[in-house]
Amino acid sequence: MQDQYVLQIKDVNKSFSGVQVLKNVCLNVRPGTVHALMGENGAGKSTLMKCLFGIYKQDSGEFHIQGGQFNFTDPKHALENGVSMVHQELNQVLKRTITDNIWLGRYPKRGVMVDEKKMYQDTRALFDRLNIHLDPHIRLDKLSVSQRQMVEIAKAVSYDAKVIVLDEPTSSLTSHEVELLFNIIRFLREEGVGIIYISHKMEEIFQIADEVTVLRDGQYIGTESIANLTMEKIVNMMVGRNLENRFPPKTNVPGEVHMEVKNLSTRYAPKVKDVSFQLRRGEILGVAGLVGAGRTEMVEALFGARTRISGEVLIDGKKINNANPHRAINNRFALLTEERRETGIYPVADITFNSTIANIQSYKNKLGVLQDRVMKDDTDLQIKNMRIKTPHRREKIRNLSGGNQQKVIIGRWLLTNPDVLLLDEPTRGIDVGAKYEIYQLIINLANSGKSVIMVSSEMPELLGITNRIMVMSNGRLAGIVETEKTTQAEIFNLSALYLNNTREAEV
Amino acid sequence: MIETRKNPVQAVSGFFKKSREEWKEFLVNNAIYIVIFSIIIFIIINEPAFLSLRVFKNILTQSSVRLILAYGVAGIIILQGTDLSLGRSVGFAAVISASLLQRPDYPALFFPEMGQLPLIVPLLVAIVVCAFFSGINGWVVAKFQIHPFLATMGMMIALYGILSIYFASGAPGPQPIGGHEMRYTNLAVGSTLGIPNIVIFAALTSLVIWFLWNKTTFGKNMYAVGGNPEAAKVSGVNVLKTTVLVYLLAGVTYGIGGFLEAARIGSANNGTGFGYELDAIAACVVGGISFSGGIGRVSGAIAGVLMFTIISYGMTFMGMDMNFQYILKGVIIVAAVALDTKKYLKKS
Repeated sequence: MQDQYVLQIKDVNKSFSGVQVLKNVCLNVRPGTVHALMGENGAGKSTLMKCLFGIYKQDSGEFHIQGGQFNFTDPKHALENGVSMVHQELNQVLKRTITDNIWLGRYPKRGVMVDEKKMYQDTRALFDRLNIHLDPHIRLDKLSVSQRQMVEIAKAVSYDAKVIVLDEPTSSLTSHEVELLFNIIRFLREEGVGIIYISHKMEEIFQIADEVTVLRDGQYIGTESIANLTMEKIVNMMVGRNLENRFPPKTNVPGEVHMEVKNLSTRYAPKVKDVSFQLRRGEILGVAGLVGAGRTEMVEALFGARTRISGEVLIDGKKINNANPHRAINNRFALLTEERRETGIYPVADITFNSTIANIQSYKNKLGVLQDRVMKDDTDLQIKNMRIKTPHRREKIRNLSGGNQQKVIIGRWLLTNPDVLLLDEPTRGIDVGAKYEIYQLIINLANSGKSVIMVSSEMPELLGITNRIMVMSNGRLAGIVETEKTTQAEIFNLSALYLNNTREAEV
Repeated sequence: MIETRKNPVQAVSGFFKKSREEWKEFLVNNAIYIVIFSIIIFIIINEPAFLSLRVFKNILTQSSVRLILAYGVAGIIILQGTDLSLGRSVGFAAVISASLLQRPDYPALFFPEMGQLPLIVPLLVAIVVCAFFSGINGWVVAKFQIHPFLATMGMMIALYGILSIYFASGAPGPQPIGGHEMRYTNLAVGSTLGIPNIVIFAALTSLVIWFLWNKTTFGKNMYAVGGNPEAAKVSGVNVLKTTVLVYLLAGVTYGIGGFLEAARIGSANNGTGFGYELDAIAACVVGGISFSGGIGRVSGAIAGVLMFTIISYGMTFMGMDMNFQYILKGVIIVAAVALDTKKYLKKS
């Protein structure tokens, strides 16, 4: 029976400082299949993979690869035995070349010297095999994220891996790039590689996976062939309760024009070029587009965080000037940034600090001293209103799950009492259950008369909760569509409208 | 597909055909060479006598030990680290070398009973001692994840104590160790075929360092660990070993540097080398060896060291007040870091 699987994980247990994060977890991967590993954030997917890869040491349990038992003590050991992993955070040395990155840790040698020629030729051969068109001598920081992803996958393949773990490989890819990635995955599947695919994106799972294993709260829930599964079934397994619908009902009704943007352009690449649109009060306006289309840059420009070269913004017909974020906040704008970990949270600070920091001026009394009491009350109110799961407001924010961190950040901006909410990828890296709550929160905000601009790379959520969607392409506005009347195909075509040769060269 | 390689003909004809953006990038990337060149032109205009073989030799001679030391700390900076114990380490090497290479007829001998040693012995002892302490730095930094600034600051202080104990333990008590043998002094001040010996030392060290950094697994691992330690780790690179090796290599350069420095000055005491770490670090930074890690070339270290020597030598040559030199140096260091940041960070 054993040979039927390329990888068998049996009864793995792991706890961190007394908290058990993996409880008797099992996973069996057949050769030549894509095995989706699913679960909410904190379900233990990454921990399990890190145990497999020798980054963590499990407390008990066994790993069998092609029938032989292994217990990897470090990543090198795992790599040498046919297990490789593409990490979610793309661990790469950006200042070095593609070849240097691919052969890192096992440079071929000629005498005492590194054999550059062999490295180059091997890289070329590898790229030819995977149909990747990149010059191996390019430095990684000259590549786009998707190209770097390809390099990382090529690297995983180059170990002659029997098992390749892909941890959320598409989180920063556009649909077109995802297709390229899937071609490579299909090629590997035909070569007989067992692929463990971790993702939160349901659509992808149904496109590429053969089998699905679900974990919940560190426990093994089950394994099913994709043919026997539906989206609802997977969600049920993941959250343990029934989420009938992935999106709450759209109850908000857009009113009169609230904000008008005319001819907005920015200076630095990726540039925003001559974007004009209107936002109605109580409306949720989605922003779609490929990576590099200028969506983030557009909202940053509106918030005064990016240099503008032209453009007028009118609120209720009156011209305003968000020259910097400080003025934007005074004009009742709020920006939820895309990179929550990098630019959103203060990880070692507590929830109180993270909730009140954007609004800290308003907590001063006449003497300029901050009033702890008011800050605490406001924080408790946000924790209650948004159902943030935390033991108390003194908890460090880094100890919360991604979804709860995001709620704290949204709460931070709500405390500034904004009128225009700019949300950049508000649900990135958040699990299904928490996503629903964030959607509900956004709709409630629109209901209360606030206007929302929501940038997202996830087509379903744009279609699910927005009223209109503006599609950006190569820095320009390609069109604004009514969500009720549009299709994924229309949005996809619009997002490719202004792609020219220079952009093609980057993709 | 991106093609970065051009054939030489295209490269030459393309040199002057640059867009404004490309010129800007060219200027930023070559700022240090442009600044050095401008300083030289400025000095020559004021003092035409600066343009002479003698001056050229002097500048190279004065740069040599600094360059050797800069290579050591450069490797550590490439690992996102820094080394404050460099100066004391150099001082230790200088005192050891001097104590082992005194003329037998000198009145205040450190080791009165000791006979003549081959030159290589004191050099090796200096190297081993410096490498030992620097290796401890590397191990502490990698093993306990202590910030190199703090780890090496501790070493700097402790090393001064150890060095002073050794310095005071000689037969004549704690007093400057002079009276070096001629063959030793000659290593630093003599010439071979018209080239100062000390410059030959620096050139050889440069070659070895260039080879280690660019042609060996050790060098590539160093850049990888410095550029992204996590990436190196999950690719199976032994980060601890690489870190310790980089610090050991630094210790070796301090040993060589201290050995030559005592010979050059003609005397050594427990204060020798004090503050050298800041000169070496400044030279690296100005030469584009970035504190953000993973970036740095041999040519950058050379340019950085030469620049500071040219400034101090040239300004003195012109009779300019010493104090202005400090102001200029300070401004240049900060400006260089600002440029460096512009070069490697994304514009927003």
